[in-house]
Amino acid sequence: MAHVHGTGDDGTTGRGDGPRARRIAAILRDALAPTVLDVQDDSARHAHHAGMRGHPEGSETHFDVLVTSARFEGLSRVQRHRLVHDLLKDEFATGLHALSLHLDVADHA
Amino acid sequence: MSDAIFTKIQAQIDANPVMLFMKGDRMFPQCGFSQRVVQILDHLHVPYQTANVLESAELRQGIKDFSQWPTVPQLYVKGEFIGGCDIVTAMFQSGELEALFSEKGIAATAA
Repeated sequence: MAHVHGTGDDGTTGRGDGPRARRIAAILRDALAPTVLDVQDDSARHAHHAGMRGHPEGSETHFDVLVTSARFEGLSRVQRHRLVHDLLKDEFATGLHALSLHLDVADHA
Repeated sequence: MSDAIFTKIQAQIDANPVMLFMKGDRMFPQCGFSQRVVQILDHLHVPYQTANVLESAELRQGIKDFSQWPTVPQLYVKGEFIGGCDIVTAMFQSGELEALFSEKGIAATAA
């Protein structure tokens, strides 16, 4: 039984509500047909650490993303991450700084 | 990207069985993700070397290009790219990381 976060019509949701969060959710939803998709904007928690000087206040830079998708079947952890990194390469090119990924084939129990 | 930085990265990976590219150093990690990997390696008592990407803009971009991996930290074991914080954490929690070190002949040092 899929554990669905939020109440999106298709059973998925993006909890960050900035433009990048919405883009990330849309890209992953289209490409991976996830049964669980959760995009959390963690930027505020990281706004003041050493690597982040020069990023404007309120930048969407840090995300925590949970995806459960049958597309990950047969892929190693590194391969799953590379697949998602590749889908989001335009976001990395435009200021996405950190992406915490939890990528599963089967749902978390 | 210059070949020089790739050569330098490769030399560090070759010279150190467990090599962590991170922000800050093991005493003073400058990012929570780097800190978590340091804590895991310390917990397992394996010998490791670190490189601080914040000390060199060339290394900071170079390691991303070298590994084709967009974030830091990055862990290499015996020349093999293992992953970043999420993967290292998951492997630690499942026992796979300890098994990997054992399989690669990386012995824990005395606590």
